[in-house]
Amino acid sequence: MIKLEHLYIALGLVFAAFAILSFGDRANGKRLGNAAFWGLFAASFLAGSHLGDFANGVLVLALVALGGFGALGRGAPKTTTDAEREVRALRRGNALFIPALLIPIIALAGTLTLKRATIEGVLLLDASQVTLISLGFGVAAALIVAMLWLRPPVLAPLQEGRRLIDAIGWTAILPQLLAALGAIFTRTGVGQAVSIVATRYIPLDQPFEAVAVYCLGMAMFTFVMGNAFAAFPVMTAAIGLPLIVHKFGGSPAIMGAIGMLAGFCGTLMTPMAANFNIVPAALLDLSDRNGVIKAQIPTAIPLLLANTILMYALVFRF
Amino acid sequence: MWPLLGVGVVVVGFLLRFNPLLVIAAAVFVSGWAGHLSLYDTVAALGHAFNQSRLVSIQLLVLPVIGLLEREGLKERARLLIGKVHAATTGRLLLVYLFARQVTIAFGLPIGGQAQMVRPLVAPMAEAAEETQGGPLDAPTRELIRAHAAAADNVGAFFGEDIFIAIGSIMLIKGMLDQAGVIVQPLELSVWAIPTAILAFLIHGTRLLLLDRRLAARR
Repeated sequence: MIKLEHLYIALGLVFAAFAILSFGDRANGKRLGNAAFWGLFAASFLAGSHLGDFANGVLVLALVALGGFGALGRGAPKTTTDAEREVRALRRGNALFIPALLIPIIALAGTLTLKRATIEGVLLLDASQVTLISLGFGVAAALIVAMLWLRPPVLAPLQEGRRLIDAIGWTAILPQLLAALGAIFTRTGVGQAVSIVATRYIPLDQPFEAVAVYCLGMAMFTFVMGNAFAAFPVMTAAIGLPLIVHKFGGSPAIMGAIGMLAGFCGTLMTPMAANFNIVPAALLDLSDRNGVIKAQIPTAIPLLLANTILMYALVFRF
Repeated sequence: MWPLLGVGVVVVGFLLRFNPLLVIAAAVFVSGWAGHLSLYDTVAALGHAFNQSRLVSIQLLVLPVIGLLEREGLKERARLLIGKVHAATTGRLLLVYLFARQVTIAFGLPIGGQAQMVRPLVAPMAEAAEETQGGPLDAPTRELIRAHAAAADNVGAFFGEDIFIAIGSIMLIKGMLDQAGVIVQPLELSVWAIPTAILAFLIHGTRLLLLDRRLAARR
């Protein structure tokens, strides 16, 4: 049966290759730093399930030290020039889009069909992770098609992948690190503390006040945690259920649906949601790390206010 | 109130623009101390949580194949395609992408993403549209357009996905309410995500059309 662990091993091998190629890249004055960083990240994927919690923790601290104190440079893998790319784009035509579109198409087809697929009575893959595993199939298929059709040097995918990962740099571990911080916040009782502050110091005698504090609280708590999923249980247990639903008789479905979306407005504005906001800025070579957030704030704030009004208008009516 | 100290470290650290990795590590140790964890337990909790979160990095698996296609001219091809469409402006193009992203993800189709779609296809197309309209771009304009390409993907995904009943956040809402003894059906939750989806399209769509004006004024 194919599980998430197999994807981790595949990703670990890719990062191990990035580390080795970085080590040999004399154009990068900090090549040892890059090799150590990607090598440790590879070790986390290859061996993380067997290392034990403390060893994994030490590994994370080593990654933080390397990334945090500027040990990484930017490699210069051999690639094509802009002029060469123009020529190839003309020669190959729109068929170039096919491998790129194979990734989502196969991910989608796999998600729809492979959930219950069996080989000799054994499930083909872990049904709970069917989307991610199908994405893995999509990547493999796209890679095979591209290699057979375009016939680049054998190492080209790894060198080109290294070009992109060096552009992302230490930001690459930020989403995972923030998810880990969220888990630690939860364990040390940040949620309860927030709900105590919210209920003790803010007036909540009117239905509108409860709705406004719930929606704005979802956005603010999401802003801090970087994830609306962490904010939802806390705000709903503290304000949503006791006040909006039980005291004022609001609809739980409307409260839950719009409340979560109010949280998503917070996601648009926070550097803590690194996967959506910070990694793309690196991926697109923006000089301003917060460039994507700045493009999103003027949508997030009106939409948050609209959600608050929408909830107030609907939640006590249906 | 001690647990909130870790949150304070994050807020202050980000405001003072320290390296985020160091800020988060500091917040982990402060939170561990405030939560009465020993140093050993704090490091172990960090390692455990980081290891359990490896799932969020799976998307990096697409980098080799995207890089390979870029090497063979994918971005340039995306530019050529849009350069031929004279009605294409950056704002209109991103408006179409926003709509397509919202609708597809509302049906559970994960077509999009920053590494797969935005970097190799959407951003180059959005840049090419403006180049067709107003000639070569200066660096700030190019960055503005790229940031808006990433934003269109995020807004479309966030405010479309909850219309699909089998998405994680719908399950989380249902699970949380179930535990409290309040039973709701996933379909009810999905239906009430629709008004916000429409508002998000109207607000962000208006901004994209205004972006066209802003770009025209910069030429």
